[in-house]
Parts: sequence; C-alpha cells; structure tokens
Amino acid sequence: MTRPSGPPNILTAVLDKAANWARTRSMWPASFGLACCAIEMMATGAAHNDLARFGMEVFRASPRQADLMIVAGRVSQKMAPVLRQVYDQMAEPKWVISMGACASTGGMFNNYALVQGVDQVVPVDVYVPGCPPGPQSLMHGILTLQARITAGEYSTR
Amino acid sequence: MTDEMREGGLELGAGYRELDARFPDAVFSESFGQVVCRVPRETLVAFVDAAVEQGFSLFVDLCAVDYLRRDPRFEVVVSLLSLAPPRRLRILVGVPGDDPTVPSITGVLPGANFYEREAFDLFGIVFTDHPDLSRILLPDEWVGHPLRKDAPMGSVPVQFKEANTAS
Amino acid sequence: MSNPPDVVTGDTEAPDAAAQSAPSAPHDVHPAGARRTQHDLWLSGTEAPVDTGRFTDEGAQEMLLEEDAEVLAEQMGTLVADDYETSTGGPSDETQIINMGPQHPATHGVLRLQIELDGETIRRVKPIIGYLHTGMEKTAEALTFMQGPTNVTRMDYLSPLHNELVFSLATERLLGVDVPPRASAIRVMMTELNRVASHLLWSATTGLDIGALSMMIYGWRERELVLAFFEKTTGLRMNHNYIRPGGVAADLPDGWEDDIAGVASGVRAGLKDYETLLLGNPIFLERTKGVGVLTAEECLAFGVTGPMLRASGVDYDVRKAFPYSGIDQYDFEVPVTTNGDVYDRFIIRFEEIRQSLGIVEQVAETMPLGDYRTEDRKVTPPPRARIDQSMEALIHHFKIFTEGFRVPEGEVYEAVESARGELGIYMVSSGGAKPWRVHVRGPSFAHVQALPAMLTDSLIADTIATLASADPVMGDVDR
Repeated sequence: MTRPSGPPNILTAVLDKAANWARTRSMWPASFGLACCAIEMMATGAAHNDLARFGMEVFRASPRQADLMIVAGRVSQKMAPVLRQVYDQMAEPKWVISMGACASTGGMFNNYALVQGVDQVVPVDVYVPGCPPGPQSLMHGILTLQARITAGEYSTR
Repeated sequence: MTDEMREGGLELGAGYRELDARFPDAVFSESFGQVVCRVPRETLVAFVDAAVEQGFSLFVDLCAVDYLRRDPRFEVVVSLLSLAPPRRLRILVGVPGDDPTVPSITGVLPGANFYEREAFDLFGIVFTDHPDLSRILLPDEWVGHPLRKDAPMGSVPVQFKEANTAS
Repeated sequence: MSNPPDVVTGDTEAPDAAAQSAPSAPHDVHPAGARRTQHDLWLSGTEAPVDTGRFTDEGAQEMLLEEDAEVLAEQMGTLVADDYETSTGGPSDETQIINMGPQHPATHGVLRLQIELDGETIRRVKPIIGYLHTGMEKTAEALTFMQGPTNVTRMDYLSPLHNELVFSLATERLLGVDVPPRASAIRVMMTELNRVASHLLWSATTGLDIGALSMMIYGWRERELVLAFFEKTTGLRMNHNYIRPGGVAADLPDGWEDDIAGVASGVRAGLKDYETLLLGNPIFLERTKGVGVLTAEECLAFGVTGPMLRASGVDYDVRKAFPYSGIDQYDFEVPVTTNGDVYDRFIIRFEEIRQSLGIVEQVAETMPLGDYRTEDRKVTPPPRARIDQSMEALIHHFKIFTEGFRVPEGEVYEAVESARGELGIYMVSSGGAKPWRVHVRGPSFAHVQALPAMLTDSLIADTIATLASADPVMGDVDR
C-alpha cells in the first residue's frame, strides 16, 4: 500500500498516474491454472483472443516475477496452502483475479473437497463469473482491474 | 457382453468357463448384458491371478461401493479386460463394515496400486499387503472417509437458499 | 554388519561396504514389466561395482603392464563410458530429491512429482496427486440423472463430451431405453470433434513443453474452429452438458454441414503445418525418439489405454472392440505403432485427428433424419410448446426437473474411447432418481501411475516430454 502521505500535490499525482499506467500496461500473470478455467485462460492468451496486446501473454512460472495471479479453476483443500504460499511469494503490488465460478464461490461443487471461494485464502480484486468464463469474459475482468488501477484504487484490501 | 449369453440362462464363454470350474465359490451372473462374478475375499488374489492367466490381462478399474444397509456393507469392484477376443470381466467382492479388509491384488496387477489407495482414502477399506497404503486424493492429515454413505456432503450453507443439498 | 560407507578408514582397497550395501533396485518392478537397461548391472545389486582406486571421474589414472580390454577400448575411444555412471558406486547420499509442482508451468495441471536424482539420471519418481480432488463422485450422488452430465463433464475437461456420453450410455443401459439413430449420429460427430480439439490442444501444449513455442499458438488457432462449432450447437465452448440420457439436448443448428466442412478443411490445413514444423525437426526427433518408452506388458499391467497403449503395439480401441452409438457403421482405422516412445505417440495422435475428421465427414454425409432424443416422455422432457397444451406434458416436465426420472436398480460398467484412453463409468442405481454410486474410471489415473515405469533410468530433461506425451488431465486423475 503506497499511497503518499500528506495532501496530494501535483508532482506525486503525476508520478502516481504514471506508475499506475506502467503497472497496467504490462501486468504479468503468474500461471496458476488449475482446471477447466485454465484452458480458457490459455485460449485467452492464444492468437484468437490475444492477451499480448495488453502486454500480458508472458505467464511467469515463478511468482516472484509476476504481478497478477489469475486463480483459474477449483481450489481443493489440498491445494489451498499451496495457493497461499504462491500468493505470499509474489512481490507488491499484486492483484488476484478469481476466474470462474469454482474459484469465486466453490461453483457447483458445494462439498467437502473444495474451498468455497478462493477469497477464503487470498484477497481477491476481481471476480469473473462463468463456468468456464469465455476469453471475452476474462478479458473484461482484466480490463476492469486495469481500469481500477488506473483510477488509483489498486489496493482495496 | 458375449454372444453366448441368452435370456433365461447364463452360458459362459470360453475364459469364464475355466474360472467357473476352478473356483467353485465364485458365483457368475449377468448384469445388463455384462458378466459379473461374486468372489469371496479370501480367494480374490488367486481368482485374479487365474483370470489374468485366462487372458484378462488388462487391468481396467478397481473401485468401492458403500451399500450401507446391506451385509456385507462394502463392495470392491475389480474390472478386467481380455484383448483377444475383447471381453470384460467384473469381479465383486463383499467386504463387511466391521472388518473392512481385503487382500491387495497389486502383486498380480501393479496397476491396482493407486486405485486401492483411492478406495482406502475415500472409503476406509484396508488392503492388506499393499506396498504403500496411504491417502492419495485427500490431504494426509484428513480425518474421515468422505465417500461413505454416513459421511456428510460437507456443503456450506448458501445464503438465501434453503435447498437441501443432500446429506 | 558392514562398515558404514562414510567412515574413513584410510585403506585403499575396496571397502566391504561397497559390496554389501550396494543399493537394491530403487523401485519394485513387476516381473511382467521388468526392464533391462544399461544401468541394471549397477542397480540390481547383484554385481557390486569394484573400486580399485584406479578410476576417477576422468577415467583410468594409472597405466598397468597388462591393460584391461575395456579400459583399452575406452582409451582408444572405441568405447564411450557413461559420464554419469561413476565406478565408485557412491553412497546413497549422492542423490537428491527435487520437487516438481504442483504449481508448475509444465506439469499439465496440478501434478506433483518427487524425483530422486543421481546427477541427471532419475532413480525414483513418486507422483503425488489429489490437488484437484473435487469430490465429484460424492456430488454425483446428490444430483439427478439428468443433472449428472453437468458434473461428470468437468472431470476430463479436455474431452467433456466423452464424459457426458459415457454417463448417458450407462444411464440408458440401466433404463433400457434406445436412443434414436439421429441422436447416436450426433453423439458420434460431437465426440469425434472433441477428440480432434483435445489432440490439437495436446499437441500445442506438448510442443510448448518440448520447446516448439510456435506450436502453442498454431494449435489453439485450429481448436478455435472446433470450439466455435461447439458454441453454435451446444451453447458453450467447453463443459457443454449437451449429451444427456435419452439423446442430446438440442438439434443441430441450420447450416451445420457447411460449418463441418469449414472445420475439417481448416484443421487439415493446420495439421500439415504442424507436421512440417515438428516431425522433421532434428531437435524434436532427438527429444522424442526413444524417450519415455513403455512396453506392452507394462501397459497392460498398469491399465494404460488409448494412444499410449497403441504406441506400444497393442491394438485395442474401445470403438472397435466394444462399439457404441453405432460407431461401427463408419469406416475408420486405428493407428498402431510399436516403439512406445514419445515420437510414436505424436504420430498416433496426429493420425487420430485425421481419422476422426474422416468419421465426422462420414457422419455429416449420412446423418439420418428423425428425433434427436428418445420419445419416452418419462426420460426426456416434452417440448416446451406442449406444456401449454397438455396436462400430462406439464406433469412430466415438472417431475423430470424437480425429482428426476427413476432408474431401475442395478449396476453397469460402460466405457468409451476418449482422447486419452478408455474412459469408463461404473454406475450403481438403487431405483431412485439419483444414482447410488458413480465411479468414473479416468484413463489419466492409470497413466500417472505408469509414470515411474517410464521415467526411471531416464534423464531429468526427458521428464517433461514423457509426462506431456502421457496427456494427463488432472481433473480425470483427481475427480
């Protein structure tokens, strides 16, 4: 959380805007594809619905190099600690998009095996509904997040 | 599904006949056109060994079913396949609820390894002589066996929705 | 007991420890699948390496009056010794255990592998699964038979229509209903298209893993053609819930013949591109030939089916052995090769794409007219317009969508040939509207189990290629 303290002045406001612009224009996702949503996430990165035009086609395997974690798929009880560990390893500023119904609320699997919503484990910035959400829905979610960051509301937790 | 099966009588094809002859306590029957054999758990390993010899060499599946109000409570279902000619064999083994142990068939068919671990994990059926009987799908420290009929679904109450998601 | 190997005694002769504590085979191998490798002598424990002190990593350091023939050959360069096989028979603390996954870019989902490495050689592999366990089999007991396909379709999420088909076939066998020929033909067409889409995705991700990055972009391009057709017909790109007990959910849209022709020609053109890109490339050949070999006996013992089994020379395809949905009326071949390595699996899957396109075109030519679902109103809901006109239709609709239709008591096992192998379902019904037990036999479960057999005694760099060629889908494995 790096809001400057004190009354905003012209210099820091311009720097803020520039920093936010830079953050949104090359937000690198950490690959956290779990299940069916991961396939649609990969389809979003493929040629037909191109994520590269947003600077985001590089899915970093290492969370240390990533800004955005798209939790794509159902999170089981066994996977939840792994999810938290990967999230913790990301450097600030970081965002989380919960992609799909299972990540957002547990989806159609309201049972013993799944964490009912990934926001039980990590703080989520944008929820993208769908089962699975098509590439266009995911891109809408990403653009929503980008709009919020550009507007300065990038750290609501 | 063999050509030899007719309505009203069960005529077993080649491989099944030998097994029927060698194992008098194995009961062959037919379920919706498929050959099913009920085998007591003591003779399971010998039966599977003989079946593999008879040509049912492709290991297909091993799963468990909880019948709850039936005695024996559990049933372990082993599916095998013969390639030439293509035939299936399904072996049902009754496992009582108060003593849920079954001999492991991993010595004959190593492919049963993961499947038996899954049956142990989800049902609590212990496979004796299994090389590594530990939980496979659930976290190691999980308590309980969720696929048993008396285990709850574990669902979380959903706001504004009184629907019963089945216990 | 022997001296522990790390006790320094100062003597140069071969310590007893080397002879007596020689490591046994690091994994128990089934006799049917015992594989002889060049490391067998060292690993089997029957022949302990003898340390005479003459050899170091660089080779023989002393010259004797009478040189050993093998050493001479090495020095002459006519025999090349393995660099990573030291003749000192190192103690077991020379191996290290590394962990791959569950979050990993190349494990095709949340698979965790614990690999014990000796230098670059893999000694043992332990796959740890369960990171995607969703409790689908428990959820299936709470859903009616009509809602069932919604659940099982998300197991093998790369070929969802196959899951739905096998569930519907099992339910129909228990019910004893027949599906009209048009519905069967539609089912065959959709599942074969799904096989094409799945293999395209597989070749894209496997190419990416092996290093052919452009494969990733090309494979998805052709897959979009198939997905566009799916969206037009079923309403969704993935996880369709289209094939239901009794038939299919909706009839084919207008103009579907032209769409199919477009898909077929687009995929065929793309396929030519992939083969040019990959199959002649020397780097690709180096990385795939002789890698990840699985013998036929091992396949049978582990329950490996599908393209992996056919790559090892066993001609078994559920579509030919136990035909379903009238697929035996179409003319197609099943490719079989003998080497059982990653290259063969590529060849087989590319050929399967071609054969599946052939089947789809045959279905398109011979599509029968008629109902797309069975007439039995107890099983399939009546058309919406009828509900306004007939009380009976209204009651049937109500019963089917609230309570669900009742299925007679019994147990069945049904199987179809999915893109990965034999996808089976074991269904037990207790006579109610919801199944008593649904167990799905996912092909990837057996393939992940066979990974140690494929990976032991190979190089760490081959892990990714081998794992990718097994085409595991973790939804299928963990359910």
